[in-house]
Amino acid sequence: MTTEAIAARPAAVTRPAAPPGVIGSSAEVMRRALLKYFRTPGLWAMGVVQSVLFLFAFRYVFGGYIQGGASRYADFFVPGYVATIVLFTGGGIAVAVAEDRAGGFTGRLLSLPVPRLSIVAGRAAADFLTNGWSILVTVAFGFLFGFRLGGTVTDGLAALGLCLAYGAVFTVVFMVMGLAAPNAQAAQGMSMIAFVFAFISSTYVPASTMPGWLQPFARYQPITPMVDAVRSLIAGSSGDVGLALAWSAALLAIFTPLAVLGYRRG
Amino acid sequence: MTTQSVPLLEARGLTVRFGKVAALDGLDLIAPQGEVLAILGPNGAGKTTFVRTVATLQRPTSGHLRVRGHDVVRDAVAVRRDIGLAGQFAAVEPTMTGRENLEMTARLFGHGRAAARRAAAAVIDQLGLGEVAGRRAAGYSGGQRRRLDLGASLVGAPRLLLLDEPTTGLDPAGRREVWDAVRALAAGGTDILLTTHYLDEADELADRVVVIDHGRAVASGTVGDLKASAGRDVIEAVLADPSRLDAAGQVLRRVTGAQPRLEGGGRRATAPAAGGAGELAAVIGGLADAGISVDEIGLRRPTLDEVFLALTGAQAGGTGDAEAPAQRAATPAADHATAHLANGSSR
Repeated sequence: MTTEAIAARPAAVTRPAAPPGVIGSSAEVMRRALLKYFRTPGLWAMGVVQSVLFLFAFRYVFGGYIQGGASRYADFFVPGYVATIVLFTGGGIAVAVAEDRAGGFTGRLLSLPVPRLSIVAGRAAADFLTNGWSILVTVAFGFLFGFRLGGTVTDGLAALGLCLAYGAVFTVVFMVMGLAAPNAQAAQGMSMIAFVFAFISSTYVPASTMPGWLQPFARYQPITPMVDAVRSLIAGSSGDVGLALAWSAALLAIFTPLAVLGYRRG
Repeated sequence: MTTQSVPLLEARGLTVRFGKVAALDGLDLIAPQGEVLAILGPNGAGKTTFVRTVATLQRPTSGHLRVRGHDVVRDAVAVRRDIGLAGQFAAVEPTMTGRENLEMTARLFGHGRAAARRAAAAVIDQLGLGEVAGRRAAGYSGGQRRRLDLGASLVGAPRLLLLDEPTTGLDPAGRREVWDAVRALAAGGTDILLTTHYLDEADELADRVVVIDHGRAVASGTVGDLKASAGRDVIEAVLADPSRLDAAGQVLRRVTGAQPRLEGGGRRATAPAAGGAGELAAVIGGLADAGISVDEIGLRRPTLDEVFLALTGAQAGGTGDAEAPAQRAATPAADHATAHLANGSSR
């Protein structure tokens, strides 16, 4: 390549008349995150494999030992697992956010005349959709492994909607972890804290079966009411839904400003 | 080119602190439009912080910075519309094709779909990426990736291109590709601010050089100005026998009164010569008396390396940053390849 071969600034590149709008730029940020996810087999396949392994282990390995039999246990833990699936896929969100910062993509975005909100919104929208993909795959395998709806299809869909909403909430939480971490490995490590909340909750066994000293944490941490609300909806009631939504709103209210601030830090 | 009256960059008392550490410590700088400006300095001098502040990624703790008249804090969006940032980390998305990367960035500059396609196509032509534009960037060579990154900063037709260590980590062919692209852009009228610790890079590309150290500008001017301002010419001797290097160094020290620089394991010895041709004659005589035969000896203008060392080494007094010039002092000024290695290993 010689200097002569490179034209001077080409006439076709004009200066945009105005900075991009929030919707359009969010869509571009989202599209890029989705392309990265679905063009990296390690990312989209990992969600599927992890879910299948989890369902398989709890249904066929632990399930037989659990009181009431494996098929009834499937009805108990599948809704719990689907509700908390974002806690397992969230590590990927934190890592992606940390990598974008370390790799310079976040810096590039911040140097562009892009509304700051679009950077958070586009990322969150992409993670909401990838989490939705994990949820749908898991639900399909859940049915395959013996899960059956106790109530109507409408109740089931309401429960599904609540699970998707949790995805949106925790996406922002993991985004903040990714922004706070100095690098991708640290982000991965930090996101492990979610496992504590996932396991010490009513997701896999009722909190009442845990030792007395552990029960207060299991009962009052946000995941338990969130999981219980999903089970209630499937059964046709709305117990715990209010509390679950309150927790969701509180987490969003705390972590969204932190995410915006974290991105502003550059 | 737009009006020349507004400076490209105007920094006054620009300070950026991280806790107690001042990355920029009262930097003053004025650079006119229409030039390629190189910011030189050892690692930790504040080069990257300065670029990040120009790019509105870092808010100044105090002081002011204007880019083409726009304040980086109060008028950040106007600054962002004027600049294109390409960095030491090529911020391209590896799972997207070159064309997809460029169109995305064009949209994020504010282009509509059709204009984004046109801008991407034009930049692909401009940077010679036509053959690889349809491939995912993951498969690009280092030079191609860096050119794509450069292209992404161009799709919004920025008036100022910011290049933070644009060739760090590239092989010589990759560096050459980026240099050619930068030269062509400058010739086409884009103002360019680049940081580098490769002195030959500044020598090749820049109209004006600002040397910063400890967060302040310690010198600025054209490359020629800087070389002239360092004043003293340099006596350089290339020995026939490398084992006599130390002996030659002693002759140089005795005659010039200055600490000579010896090419470790090589045949080259240099020393600044305040006394000009008279000292050269004395050195030639001294070497002959000591029975040291030389292949080449002469008086020349200092290289940018030597100017840089004189400027930053003198100020570096014992802090962590002093390591960089000290390390460089052990490497021969004339041998750029060796200097690059030293830089690479210190990163």
